[in-house]
Amino acid sequence: MVEEVKLMKGNEAIAHAAIRYGADGYFGYPITPQSEIMETLMEEAPWETTGMVVLQAESEVAAINMVYGGAACGKRVMTSSSSPGISLKQEGISYMAGAELPALIVNVMRGGPGLGTIQPSQADYFQTVKGGGHGDYRLITLAPASVQEMADHVALGFDLAFKYNNPAMILADGVIGQMMEKVILPDFRPRKTEAEIRAEQPWATLGKPKGRKPNIITSLELDSHIMERNNLRFQEKYRKIEANEVLYEELLCADADYLIVAFGSAARICQKTVELARAEGIKVGLFRPITLWPFPSVALKKYAEKIKGILTVELNAGQMVEDIKLSVECKVPVHFFGRLGGIVPTPDEALKALKAML
Amino acid sequence: MNRMEMIKPENLVYTKPRLMNDNPMHYCPGCSHGVIHKLVAEVIDEMGLEEQTIGIAPVGCAVFAYNYIDIDWQEAAHGRAPALATAVKRLNPDKMVFTYQGDGDLAAIGTAETIHACNRGENIVIIFVNNAIYGMTGGQMAPTTLLNMKTATCPFGRNEQLNGYPLKIADLLAQLDGTCLVTRQTVHSAPAIKKAKRMLRRAFENSMAKKGTSVVEFVSTCVSGWKMTPEQANEWMMENMCEKYPLGELKDI
Repeated sequence: MVEEVKLMKGNEAIAHAAIRYGADGYFGYPITPQSEIMETLMEEAPWETTGMVVLQAESEVAAINMVYGGAACGKRVMTSSSSPGISLKQEGISYMAGAELPALIVNVMRGGPGLGTIQPSQADYFQTVKGGGHGDYRLITLAPASVQEMADHVALGFDLAFKYNNPAMILADGVIGQMMEKVILPDFRPRKTEAEIRAEQPWATLGKPKGRKPNIITSLELDSHIMERNNLRFQEKYRKIEANEVLYEELLCADADYLIVAFGSAARICQKTVELARAEGIKVGLFRPITLWPFPSVALKKYAEKIKGILTVELNAGQMVEDIKLSVECKVPVHFFGRLGGIVPTPDEALKALKAML
Repeated sequence: MNRMEMIKPENLVYTKPRLMNDNPMHYCPGCSHGVIHKLVAEVIDEMGLEEQTIGIAPVGCAVFAYNYIDIDWQEAAHGRAPALATAVKRLNPDKMVFTYQGDGDLAAIGTAETIHACNRGENIVIIFVNNAIYGMTGGQMAPTTLLNMKTATCPFGRNEQLNGYPLKIADLLAQLDGTCLVTRQTVHSAPAIKKAKRMLRRAFENSMAKKGTSVVEFVSTCVSGWKMTPEQANEWMMENMCEKYPLGELKDI
């Protein structure tokens, strides 16, 4: 079969991929630069084809709690927003982590803090991988660097969320959401039937058959001894995710004297920087974390003894750079270059920063 | 005939609802929640909806509602129960979905979720227990606290200049095109309980018939928060609460 190549925005790819994945529901609230996700879903009207529910909520807070309700039924449900809206969703994300509910959340980041700007940014790295909401929890975080990955990470995010009963986030930014590229969309998969969900998610609240104990979805436990055990169980799960689900990409790293470490749109820009640097005889490679949590610390650490320096390039004031320093245990100098407030750096700017550290 | 001889099935005139379990309730003696829980359990059982009902518990005194009625439950964040219920019902249109919320949950922090779920006409039942106080956190002012009523955060009585006015949220919800039934009931006496149960059942029937959102407000007591005996609380409620929140159907179509 010939693969069907389409040209579309990253945001549109998310919407199409969700329908094709067999998602049961999307609940959202408009915010730039990701509104095309819900617009595309409404245009496609999947409730008439796959039966997928699409609903515009009254707020980001309502939308994430709709996701909680749907996820608690064992359904494949998702929401999307951009930075200020994602801040509002943190309550719901924390509750889902506490109730061990799987769901997919998309953040197409814009510059902050506050209302900030509608231009692209990667300044929500800390919020996403270090917590965001209250309590000791972790959010599986995927960082797409192309429209193709926007489409692919929908299935990956849902699969990981359901494998570990934990929310997962696609952490994109305005560049990846708005740029158009060719994309091969995944094949259509049927939505799960209620019988399948009852079998695969025996905890789902779909109505209690006679003879089964009630299913109760809650993050509440007033007995601190039990609550500590719950937390230890979460931590055990997080260690398992860290051991098994790390994803990253290496470009010309094998013979490199220097590494650029960047994710998402910054990594796309730095692909060109690597090309320019190599043309000038600088042996530099690009290391691109695809999962930001779990962070590819082990893979990165292996380079610490072999290379002369690392340049981290981010669309923020330096957030991932902390995880890189921890990963290489300060055995190699780690430099940072970033632009803030919605400014997207050029490959030349990154090259200049690279040369400055040689 | 002695007492033991009287205990046989044919003499049974009253029993605990089948769906209520034996977990000791955390509610204070004299609290309205216990009776309202009983009505919910009876209606679900009598309508044969046990296997297809999903309840959404609030934050507040009823946070542990899921400990007492043997059906599937979701525990929501404070005020968000109608958002959860929206998704549960939309994703499972043939299930019976209800929320059980107090005044702080429904009419303060969750006002937006309540109004918009009702305005969309979600086919859910909203059970609203209005005792004009935050019971669980120790008796603070609620949006429905009456003027001059003393609470931990209006110790000199609710003052409209300082605290605004009691919110008649059910009246507001009755104005919305999405609601099909908005009714105000009490459970302070046997006839009131009978009437309340009838309206609760109608709400559940509306939901299954996809007629829109049904809201059943229970004007209730909080013996601990009000610092009264159960009997005093019932009298005070009928005299004061029901003046501000008159009983009956605000909307029934």
